[in-house]
Formats: sequence, structure tokens, C-alpha cells
Amino acid sequence: MSTTQLLFSGFGGQGILFAGKFMAYKGLIDNKQVSWLPSYGPEMRGGTASCSVIISDTPVGSPIVSKPDILIAMNLPSFDRYESAVLPGGMIFSDSTLIERETDRKDITEYRIPATQLASDNGFPTLANMIIVGKILSVMDDFGAESVDAALKKVISAKHADMLEVNLKAMKLGAEYKG
Amino acid sequence: MSEKVLMKGNEAIAEAAILAGCRHYFGYPITPQTEIAAYMAKKMPKIGGTFLQAESEIAAINMVYGVSSTGKRVMTSSSSPGISLKSEGLSYLAGADLPALVVNVQRGGPGLGGIQPSQSDYFQATRGSGHGDYHMIVLAPASVQEMAELTVKGFELADKYRMTTMILADGTMGQMMEPVALDIEVKPMPEKPWAVTGTKMSRPHNIINSLFLSPDKLEQMNFERYERYAAIEKNEALYEEYMMEDAEICIAAFGIAARVSKNAINEARKEGIKVGLIRPITLWPFPKAPFENALKTVKEFISVELSMGQMIEDVRLSIDCRVPVTLCNRVGGMIPSPEQVLDAIRNAAKNGGNR
Repeated sequence: MSTTQLLFSGFGGQGILFAGKFMAYKGLIDNKQVSWLPSYGPEMRGGTASCSVIISDTPVGSPIVSKPDILIAMNLPSFDRYESAVLPGGMIFSDSTLIERETDRKDITEYRIPATQLASDNGFPTLANMIIVGKILSVMDDFGAESVDAALKKVISAKHADMLEVNLKAMKLGAEYKG
Repeated sequence: MSEKVLMKGNEAIAEAAILAGCRHYFGYPITPQTEIAAYMAKKMPKIGGTFLQAESEIAAINMVYGVSSTGKRVMTSSSSPGISLKSEGLSYLAGADLPALVVNVQRGGPGLGGIQPSQSDYFQATRGSGHGDYHMIVLAPASVQEMAELTVKGFELADKYRMTTMILADGTMGQMMEPVALDIEVKPMPEKPWAVTGTKMSRPHNIINSLFLSPDKLEQMNFERYERYAAIEKNEALYEEYMMEDAEICIAAFGIAARVSKNAINEARKEGIKVGLIRPITLWPFPKAPFENALKTVKEFISVELSMGQMIEDVRLSIDCRVPVTLCNRVGGMIPSPEQVLDAIRNAAKNGGNR
């Protein structure tokens, strides 16, 4: 019986909501109970964006994640804001291209991935989010799961089917990144 | 069960409405319910339906009145300030005994307020928001699945009793995605011999109207309407009980507040506190029976709300104030945390019913 609470955060336009939706769909395909809740407001590209994702063996109560097991921080304001909220024993996945400092908390594990740099170097500058998702999956020992492919097909519409391969490539890059 | 898909609550309402046979949607955009209109704008033209963005909320509710007069299933949706604008039309729908589905995805108020979730339109919804003696059936979903199921049920109840059903949701319910199965059974729509569909020279005219200048006639119509309301109060109250078997403390909460409360209850149970939840699913009619029944073991009720304390009045009325009812709340777009609710539970446990 376990519940994983994830908080995705960053700038609008970084694919924060998309990455969260992918993880929620993967959970659904894995027969878990899931919820996905975006921050909403007068937000725009470049503003802040976040979403709460809960993946659980039991029905999800509150869909609001205020104390995440896993924080995904894709910019410094998000890192500063949510770093202290991570539960002891939890993890932070941070985009080290945009976040120079490391956490000084000793009770959590931080995985620093230069996702924005990697994405840009590999010709898919909009997929830093999926590089980080790949890293999360590999840390959770879940990268090879069939549900990864299936979930990707759910969140990428048939119209954009050509994006499947490049998303997988981005995730693989993240999964294999040793930092 | 059909395959589950991830959907926003707002989208689930729109899809369920189409499933229920609604082919006419009138609305005016407002956060946090705009996805309903967006979904309808995309879907309705493809299935021979009508999506119309009206010039105002008032126009939209009067278009609902018009379509409902012809016997078709019809809906509108808005958020708090927009519902205030629709209130005149809601009263006219009641006065003309017309069925309709109206969705309120609540946001913080009063006035233009904010755009974050709230439950502070409880009074407005459960007391009939316009003028005159009337009620609406008010359904309060607490999951995306319920957003869909209660939409279908809402149309059915509206037709059955010839009145408005309101879905009273909030910004969280509208915006969140959860798995939803859309294989929802839809009962056939009842005959509507009162509808204005053309007499074909074979029957007397039907007239849809809310103007009755003769006081004794108008009084009679009010009496008859309230007989229907009495039947609804007797037959249609819905609620969920959670861990109530041995509860000494009972939380009353609906929608998002109920979900937050469940987290707190699970934690409190680990501490050995006997606490449970009654979640009204119909806010009108308010489910009084489970509260009366709870008095066998419950020493204190806690009403958890995203308002300054509105449903708490119905909780007190349901138990004739025989034990204390306290309030645990946040407002203005803020949501109580499980920790805040847990503190309220611990506090109640310490007091043991003595306030």
C-alpha cells in the first residue's frame, strides 16, 4: 500500500502540466488510483506553472500536493519555494541548467540534471521536461515498463504521432544521464 | 466497465451532458469553468447540436428557458459571479416549472472575487438564488467520476420534477483530472406533454409562462410546487458515509472539502480518534437522516467548508442543535489543509462534546 505525491513546477511553457499528465496516465495504465491538479490562474508563457500528481494504491483523498515525496523543479523560483516542503526521505529532480544551487537538506536526495542544456544540445529544446521524467522513471526503476509507451500514446495525440519517438529519445537521455 | 480516461472535471460534465442527450448549450466564458464551453464548442457542431456563446450570462439563461420550453434537454454553466447574473432566469425557470441543468464551478467571492476554488455559493444554491419561493435540486460532486454521473442524474431529476438541477462544483473539481469511465446508464427521457412543440391542430395550446396575476391561482401553484419539493426531500437525498460506524466526532463536508477531510480522518484514526464523515451529495434536499442517525454515537460535528460557514446551518438544523457543531474553514480561494482539519478533530476529541 503506497502513495506517491509528486509536485511538478517551473515556468509556463516548459511542459510542466504535460509531464504531470504523462505520469498520471502511466499510473492509470499501471492500475493505480491517480489525480492531476494544475495550478490555474492568469498565467502565461514565462509565468509560474505547477501541478500536483498523486499515484496511489488506495483512493486519492485531497488532490492537492503540499508536501511532495518527489519535487520536480525546473526553475529557481520553484526550487526556492518548494524545496523545504519535500517530505524527509523524499527526492528533488532539478534542472541544473537553470538552478545553480544545490539543496543543503541532508534528509532528501537531489538529482541534478542539466535538462535544458541536454535538450538543446540534442535538437529537441522543448523536451527538457521529458528528460527529467526519464530520470525519475530510471530512479524508480520503471523506465522499461510497457506503461511508459502506452502512457506516451495517451498524452500525445494521433495528430502529433511523429513526436512519440523524440519524446522517448528525450526520456532515454534522462534515464541514462549519470550526474 | 469501459476503459477509463483521464479527464478534467469540466470536460467530464460536458461529455456526460452530451451522453444524457443534451444538444443545446448556452454560456458565457468565465474561469474556472471555461473548459465546459470549450468542449461544447468543439463537440456540439459535430453531433447536430447547438453551441452558442451568448452576449451575456443573462441572455444564456433565457435561451435555456426557451429551449427547455420545447421539451429538449438544455444546459448552461458559469462560475459564481455569472450565476448571480443568471438568478433572475433561474427564478423564471422555477415559476414556469421548466427543467434545466445549470453548472456552477464556484470561485471565491463576493463580487468579482478571485478565480480560485470556493464553496461560498452554498446559500445561493440551496435557498434558490432568485426571487420567490422555490428550490433547485443541488448536486455536489467530489470526484471527476461524480462530475459525469451527477450530470446525467441531474438531467433525469430535472425532467422528473420539472425544475432546475444545479451542479455545485468548485474550481478544484473543474480543473483536476482523474480517471473517469463514461459508460453511464441514461434512462429514456420522460414524455413532456406540457412542451410547446406545435399543436398540429390536434390539441389545445400549451403555454409556458411564469406570470399569474390571480393570487389564488398563484398561491395554488406554489402549494403544488412545494408538494413536489416534499416528495423530493423524501425520496432523493443522497450522501456518502465514511468510517461512521463508531464515530464520536463527525465531519460534515462536501466536494473538495470532503476529500481533504478524508485524509485528516485517516490520520486521526491512526491516533485512535473515532471520527467519520458524512458527505452530502445532494445539498438540496439536504440529507438529514444520516445526521439524526449519527447522534447515537457522535458528540460533536465539525463542518469543513470553503466558506465562512454556510452548510453548518443545515447541519445544526438536521440535529436541532442537540450537540455542538463547530466550523473548520478557509475562504477566498484558499483550501483547508488536512493538517488544519486534523487539528480541529484533535481539538474536538479533547473536548469530548463539551463546548
